[in-house]
Amino acid sequence: MSTDNRARIANYLSRFFPVHELKDDDDIFEHGFVSSMFAMQLVSFVEHEFGITIENEDLELENFRSISALDAFVTRKLSAPVHS
Amino acid sequence: MTGALTAEQTQAQKEFRAFADHHIAPHADTWHREQRTPPEIVRLLADEGLLGLPIARQYGGGGCDAVTLGLLAGELGRACSSVRSLLTVHTMVAHAIERWGSRAQKETWLPRLARGETIAAFAVSEPDAGSDASGVTTRITRDGDDWRIDGHKRWTTYGRTAGLFLVLGRTAQGPTALLVERDTPGLRTEPIDDLIGIRASMTADVHLEDCRVPGGNLLARPGLGVSHVVGAALDLGRYTVGWGCVGILDACLEAAVDYAGRRRQFGSLIKEHQLVRRMISDMYTDARAARLLCLEAGRLRDARDPGALAATSTAKYFAATAAGRAAANAVQIHGANGCGPDYPVQRYLGDSRVMEIIEGSAQLHQVGLAEYAFQDHAPRSHR
Repeated sequence: MSTDNRARIANYLSRFFPVHELKDDDDIFEHGFVSSMFAMQLVSFVEHEFGITIENEDLELENFRSISALDAFVTRKLSAPVHS
Repeated sequence: MTGALTAEQTQAQKEFRAFADHHIAPHADTWHREQRTPPEIVRLLADEGLLGLPIARQYGGGGCDAVTLGLLAGELGRACSSVRSLLTVHTMVAHAIERWGSRAQKETWLPRLARGETIAAFAVSEPDAGSDASGVTTRITRDGDDWRIDGHKRWTTYGRTAGLFLVLGRTAQGPTALLVERDTPGLRTEPIDDLIGIRASMTADVHLEDCRVPGGNLLARPGLGVSHVVGAALDLGRYTVGWGCVGILDACLEAAVDYAGRRRQFGSLIKEHQLVRRMISDMYTDARAARLLCLEAGRLRDARDPGALAATSTAKYFAATAAGRAAANAVQIHGANGCGPDYPVQRYLGDSRVMEIIEGSAQLHQVGLAEYAFQDHAPRSHR
């Protein structure tokens, strides 16, 4: 895991939780006040920010549930062998 | 206003314009009256590679950038909003497959869609579910290795001729998207005639009764049909509809300028009448603003920038409402002639009404854009 990645994720998510101190393990879906476009924005952010492609098989809710989960997911993706 | 385009994009736009002027615009009023898109023009679009233009080259598509796709939608929209709608729904489904499809789905469908050998349609709306896509009631249940679908889809653009449908239904996990081929037993379509606009768009009801498709036809995961599949498709749909509205704006401007320059009342050409000039000035301003917003959305899409979602929604909302204003003014400038069958402006008026409703009504964008505003402009102490 990377402290830098974690900070980048937390910083981005803070735009959706402007009055909330989001902790690393807080379940972001349980807060319930994310917009309907949130899923698309989150996918787009993670792909753009970390230069990865989120595939069909990555669409496990667990990968996106918290700052820590996203950080771990990004780390796994970045270290995965590239398939053609 | 082409200075911001690359040389390749400028050349592509010239070719799209020539194609639309030659093959589509002269026939659009006839297709509008006959309420049909002739198969010959669909074939020609496919043979020219235009239907598969944004699909990746590895699947036989043109692999074009988003700006180039927008330019194509703009030129088609200037000539005929129905034909532009064909590009929109076909590319929406192709995009959903490219974005979230399995390898097998991509290899099976994308080459066929790229060649235009199969036309794709988007079967999401239902009699009681429109803007609220999550409220669809079409039932999807597991039956052994297959999925069984029962439901009624409405307002499916090109549903009469499509060979592949992206169908949104509901499983126990929530909204779920499946790919359904036209010849699947239990699927039948029924024409919807006499629309206010995009009258040539071969719109249909799609009935699914004990319709069974293989398990591999699932797109993404059960429960992610709206948030990921329809969300991605609608985002692209908004983009090409926005550009289609730029085309309507251009068409209104061309028609109004031409008419005002020939029509004489009170001893002078009506282009000299101040209130006519005001309408043309507003149209001109709106057309340029809409084009710039669509171009910005295209550039952000090409950069894979997360801001592209908001930019696309902004562009579609502005362009659609501006097209509505322009079409109303174009009819007004034509007076009684604008209400009759001899000028295309009445077609633009009906088409522009549809543009303010599809791919997110103006009101949905008004609600959603505020969300982006709250994100982008939150007080710094709260960031």
